Amino acid sequence: MTLITRRSALQLGVGAAALSATGALAQSRVTAANATPPSLPIEKGATLRMLRPVRFVQPDEDIFRAGAAAFTKATGVEVRVDFVGWEDITQQTAVTANTGAGPDMIIGFGDAPHIYADKLVELSDVAEYLGKKYGGWMFVGEKYGKRHGTNNWIGLPFGGTAGPLVWRKSAVNAVGLETPPSDLPGFLDMCKKLKAAGKPAGFALGNAVGDGNGTANWLLWSHGASIIDEEGKVSINSPQTVASLNYLKELYPTFVAGTLAWGDISNNRAYAANELSVTSNGVSLYFSLKNDPATAAIAADTEHTPMPAGQAGSWPSAPLTLNAMVFKHSRYPNAAKAFLQFMLEQEQYEPWLNANLGYWAHPLAAYRDAAVWTSDPKIAIFRDSMNNKFWNGYKGPISEASGQASAEYVTVQMYAAVASGQSTPQEAAREAERRARRIFRR
Amino acid sequence: MSVTTAPDWVRRRTEPNWLARLFDYKPFLVFACLLPAVGLLLVFLTYPLGLGIYLAFTDTTIGRSGVWVGLENFEYLLEDKLWWNAVFFSVFYTAVATIGKFGLGLWLALLLNNHVPFKSLLRAIILLPWIVPTVLSAIAFWWIYDPQFSIISYLFVDVLGWRTTNIDFIGSAWPARFSLIAANIWRGIPFVAISLLAGLQTISPSLYEAALLDGSTAWQRFRFITFPMLLPILAIVMTFSIIFTFTDFQLVYAITRGGPVNSTHLLATLAFQRGIPGGQLGEGAAIAVSMIPFLVAATLFSYFALARRKWQQGESND
Repeated sequence: MTLITRRSALQLGVGAAALSATGALAQSRVTAANATPPSLPIEKGATLRMLRPVRFVQPDEDIFRAGAAAFTKATGVEVRVDFVGWEDITQQTAVTANTGAGPDMIIGFGDAPHIYADKLVELSDVAEYLGKKYGGWMFVGEKYGKRHGTNNWIGLPFGGTAGPLVWRKSAVNAVGLETPPSDLPGFLDMCKKLKAAGKPAGFALGNAVGDGNGTANWLLWSHGASIIDEEGKVSINSPQTVASLNYLKELYPTFVAGTLAWGDISNNRAYAANELSVTSNGVSLYFSLKNDPATAAIAADTEHTPMPAGQAGSWPSAPLTLNAMVFKHSRYPNAAKAFLQFMLEQEQYEPWLNANLGYWAHPLAAYRDAAVWTSDPKIAIFRDSMNNKFWNGYKGPISEASGQASAEYVTVQMYAAVASGQSTPQEAAREAERRARRIFRR
Repeated sequence: MSVTTAPDWVRRRTEPNWLARLFDYKPFLVFACLLPAVGLLLVFLTYPLGLGIYLAFTDTTIGRSGVWVGLENFEYLLEDKLWWNAVFFSVFYTAVATIGKFGLGLWLALLLNNHVPFKSLLRAIILLPWIVPTVLSAIAFWWIYDPQFSIISYLFVDVLGWRTTNIDFIGSAWPARFSLIAANIWRGIPFVAISLLAGLQTISPSLYEAALLDGSTAWQRFRFITFPMLLPILAIVMTFSIIFTFTDFQLVYAITRGGPVNSTHLLATLAFQRGIPGGQLGEGAAIAVSMIPFLVAATLFSYFALARRKWQQGESND
């Protein structure tokens, strides 16, 4: 397989065709180390099929397809990429893994390769090569990539996105603070002042897949609590959890009304309508405000900082991660691995990363210097998303059960039960433990 | 010109071939004609239903075939507070919504049965809530009940100034439950009203004339003519309505997703929540199967309590 590397492209001064695809790289500051790519002799007559989630922004799809076309050009392997709705990718991964038919590769969500580990082709050679070349894998990338407790890679993370604190500078400044405090009591105090000033905070406590679980995870992890321990035993009913529930009990009255009924879109709408001044969300909220002339002023007044860390050593948010896997049923595993490697090489990956405007953050450290992270100072915070030390189902192994616990809102409902006054913190923690035991029983 | 005389032609009696004989055989013909219908029923009705019931006794998850676990799923449900919650709300939702739908639906049917101008147009308009796809009306209600952007809150707070805070439609348990019931009633009225209107029009006017000659009041005419004559169709419509309401899914899933804190989960939404996003197909199937006894009971109630005319039970009327 002969690839056109950036270096050779520059040396040769390759003409328009190559440059139009890699033009931006001419000024790229991303530096790659020398590493020998694994030998992946591509099978004769190989063709590939891939599933991945649909785009956030149109260039995502365009550049991804261009990357696949470049791969076809370089190797002669036809690649068909199908874009699947977000809600369907998990189920389609399950069916593909268990029927042993369908696409050769899927870019699914973080935990998928761990659930179907036995059905996947090991990717250690590609992962280690990429790690060596691009400054090493960042924490969440490695966590989701390697099979639990081993050094064997079963997934190749493509990107992740975490939910920071999104806040209105004017509102926070008006209550006498430069930035939101990163300690929990200080944060509570700020929320009280904001509420008194009529500019409340609001965090989803409803059955919202992303935002609801984001709120619950933040509360849990910032108090040193977790749903399971390192061995995967249920550990939710702990004094730390009760402390976090008590904290929410004080925090909840500072929220805008209705957060118990919020879905994933609710906080975006309320924030855009000036109903609240502090929430947590991915970068999408900022861009939707910025791109609409009616709300551009709100975007200009919006800042991102990590959620208050409390006892957490790092930003307590588990990035939603794209994780690529190759199935054993593929007739062309080498071609599939070569394709994934090709897509994560700088020539393809950096333009793709830039085109995503910060919706996805890189899992390979060298891409920290990609142009996207300096394109807008307000999204710089997302650059290090994958350095968080948290994942879904923290502190335990990543498993089917940890995904189910999020899908059934076990911890979200524990917090909501206390916020609504339906349960005492102790009762809520016991109930969550009962449900978690059922989910993690296998 | 020569004349050729053909030998007398005698029609040879051909033995019909085996296929023709087979199709002349009546039992076989009956069987063959039934086959397409039976095949459809087996493939699209019996198989999914049977599979659903089978899954309820396994621990199947999405993508992994499970093993037979007997009654384990049901034992867990019996001690699961969420399931009991869903049972309570399903029954409550069905009961209150059915009463509401039939009260208002009957009233509407009686009004429409009078001679009013633009009768056909009015009847067509009445059907609208029922014609609109449920998901669309559910999303409309979702906006109407939105904690921040409810049109009703807007009216009361910003336009009329009667309140200072937004109305909490779906943020706490009881308001959320009644909000959903209101949406369901709104959606269900047309079905009831139009069905009952059809029933009303089958009642012979001569009965009313006779009653008028006897000097009856309007209430007496309703109580002793309309209502008894309407009872058979009422029974059927009610059976359908109860089944539709008890197995409702779209309204609840689109508006509250079972929240806040699971207070508005119906058995159908809980089954979906556990089975598809949660991945526990076995447990989800068990919840779905647990709806069957309630549905059978509701059907039997309508059948025996309301359908007491003999023709409805397969005998001739007297």
